[in-house]
Amino acid sequence: MYDGWKVIIGIIIFIGIATFPFLYDIGKASVPPPEPKINTPEIQKMVEKKCVEPKSFMKTEHMKMLNNWRDFVVRDGDRIYTASNGKEYVMSLQNTCMKCHSNKKEFCDQCHNYLDVTPYCWDCHIAPKEEKT
Amino acid sequence: MSISRREFLKLVGASTILGLGGLSVSTMLKNNLIDASQGLSEPSIMQDPRALTAKRWGMVVNMSKFKTEEDYKRCIEACHRIHNVPNIGNTKEEIKWIWKETYEHAFPGTEDPFLSPEIKHLPFLVLCNHCNNPPCVRVCPTKATFKRKSDGIVMMDMHRCIGCRFCMAACPYGARSFNYRDARPFIKEEESLPYDSTFVKGPGSELLIKRGHLTFPTRMKGVVEKCTFCYERLAVGLQPACVEASQGALIFGDLEDPNSEVRKILNERYSFRRKPELGTYPSVYYILG
Amino acid sequence: MLETALQGSRRYWTWVFFLLATMGIGFIAYLYQFRIGLGVTGMSRDVSWGLYIGQFTFLVGVAASGVMVVLPYYLHNYKAFGRITVLGEFLAIAAVVMCMLFIFVDMGQPRRVLNVILHPTPNSVMFFDMLVLSVYLLLNILVGWTVLGAERKGIAAPAWVKPFIILSIAWAPSIHTVTAFLYSGLPGRHFWLTAIMAARFLASAFSGGPALLIILALIVRKYTKFDAGKDAIQALGKIVTYFMITNVFFLGLEFFTAFYSKIPGHIEPFIYLYTGVEGHDKLVPVMWTSTILAVIALFLLIFPQFRRKENLLAIASIATFFSLWIEKGFGLIVGGFVPNPFEKITEYWPTLPESLITLAVWATGFFVLTILYKIAVSIKEEAVFDKYGQRQVKS
Repeated sequence: MYDGWKVIIGIIIFIGIATFPFLYDIGKASVPPPEPKINTPEIQKMVEKKCVEPKSFMKTEHMKMLNNWRDFVVRDGDRIYTASNGKEYVMSLQNTCMKCHSNKKEFCDQCHNYLDVTPYCWDCHIAPKEEKT
Repeated sequence: MSISRREFLKLVGASTILGLGGLSVSTMLKNNLIDASQGLSEPSIMQDPRALTAKRWGMVVNMSKFKTEEDYKRCIEACHRIHNVPNIGNTKEEIKWIWKETYEHAFPGTEDPFLSPEIKHLPFLVLCNHCNNPPCVRVCPTKATFKRKSDGIVMMDMHRCIGCRFCMAACPYGARSFNYRDARPFIKEEESLPYDSTFVKGPGSELLIKRGHLTFPTRMKGVVEKCTFCYERLAVGLQPACVEASQGALIFGDLEDPNSEVRKILNERYSFRRKPELGTYPSVYYILG
Repeated sequence: MLETALQGSRRYWTWVFFLLATMGIGFIAYLYQFRIGLGVTGMSRDVSWGLYIGQFTFLVGVAASGVMVVLPYYLHNYKAFGRITVLGEFLAIAAVVMCMLFIFVDMGQPRRVLNVILHPTPNSVMFFDMLVLSVYLLLNILVGWTVLGAERKGIAAPAWVKPFIILSIAWAPSIHTVTAFLYSGLPGRHFWLTAIMAARFLASAFSGGPALLIILALIVRKYTKFDAGKDAIQALGKIVTYFMITNVFFLGLEFFTAFYSKIPGHIEPFIYLYTGVEGHDKLVPVMWTSTILAVIALFLLIFPQFRRKENLLAIASIATFFSLWIEKGFGLIVGGFVPNPFEKITEYWPTLPESLITLAVWATGFFVLTILYKIAVSIKEEAVFDKYGQRQVKS
């Protein structure tokens, strides 16, 4: 091929740049997985420490659920959610979810920061003031 | 085999699009299958049983009951405080949901040199009229502002608003405000005292008493906001904040219910609305006594 | 074909880098606006649309004006426009790109702009505006690129392009009619509530657009070997003349309705714009500049002995363009918001960040235009014979 050496050197440089993020961390301890804490006063008060839906569901689906809640409350005017366990909840991030999970930094932000997502819910929805436990 | 550069790029482009498209389709299918396999019973959604309902909410503003500065202030501050309406501090970017305008400004086109000075200088309380034929709803390209089918309230969906401000151009009443910058620095925590009223107990409502304004979100920059007839209070069986604060000067009720208080008042005396000739059918009526 | 844009003279590259620099500065200004919010502009609670939407409104007309050269050539075989149609189509592309950019920078929440597509709302004129602009852009890119590509290969354009050309001719009036409908359907704004708003847009589009096309054709002739043709430019001159007369006539009609009916809501915006109200007179010099430019333009256009001289036609075109740019791109918008629905006056004037962003969008448009014209000119310069057997350049 024409300019063969240039191409090969170019490929080597490209591989170097592309794999740099991985090479940089070789040998270093991995970032510990996020540990969202649920030791808020409100949750401690609960006998059965259960969320609105099972933990596995919430882990994967809370984003979609909140989107649906938003549409139900704002667009349809319905506020009461009868969960799959039969209990009724008011659909509100600010008033229901954050009532129990009042430690945004140690709960919500744990996973969000780990995955580098910044949901802009908090631009409007007032996050609970962090209390010193 | 030789392939031209152009053909190669076309191939790469098409493969990428097909690949990404296929990936997203398969992910969506996978997600739907997961949902089905969870086996959770279908959650149900319903209205709060305490909610106040009406076919068409309307308001009567009894101007004879607004005598002192305090009468206006109570209504305005009730609204602005519990809704975290910021005080920007200049008229250029001010945000207001309910405020005062003198007669000739609230009802333009009625300028009259021989108008009684009492009326001429009487400040009228103005707010979104929650029109039955709202031009703002007609023009919104995303239905971020929409008329609720259940009760006629012209709502705002802050999550969907793209900030195009077409609704602001369309509103004949200047009822809408735009967030020209982040509002949070302009909401003074000390001023946002929980508005004093009785809140009904219920799921989550203990929060309403303790935290007052903190139960309502603020707005991000770049969205339009306005009075929403306190839909969040109606949903738990409370009157709008301005109505409750007005001590009887504002009467709120169902315009479609012939037995409601608003209808009784409108039956008994002369009432007028802002710019009725525009065909917007405002739901806010004014009476002078 | 794009590679022809990468070869150019020193002057070409200086111009391109100047445009890129302007775009860069404006982009930084936009980052500032994105961070702080639209409060960095001169817009207010009362005047909620300003320079951005004004420029968009004006450029929609310029974009539609492509049809002014395409229609006579493709529908009526007006041969004199043979070489200028591609310049018109490429101008339309650049103008639509600017329109879309101006809308984007005006959004309060630009991250959510796709909501217009995700939640289609047929009763909203803005939804239709997005549709018609996007389709028009695609049409012009498709037609312009195909026809030019065929010319480069020295063959006739493929037959399937013809229906798209017809479609683009029919589509062009839709973009400025829909944009006019943004204004003329709003019950509360008496300055805009006029049935002839769309007709006014048409008149200013078909005078302002061809005026710009004349200037561009003359510039292209001066700096390249491509000549759109004296006949084409003169025909455009006549189009500008008659549509500018129509435009001024329509404005006169608005004045009559306002001042003969004496309805305050109709009169006040005009009084604010042209004489000021209670000391609020920021826009008065601007509007009178537009008027004077229109008079100069019409004087040079109406009399054939002036219009036939290309340097005077150029002056008339520049005057027409800037007169309409002020009237549609600024006066029309602000006039709708002053006085406000409470008959109070809040004035508007663009701020520095707003102006830099506006300049950057114009630079982007001219950048697109430059690239496209460079391609078109390079290809046409190589053509030894144009369609009509006239040798343009040496072989």
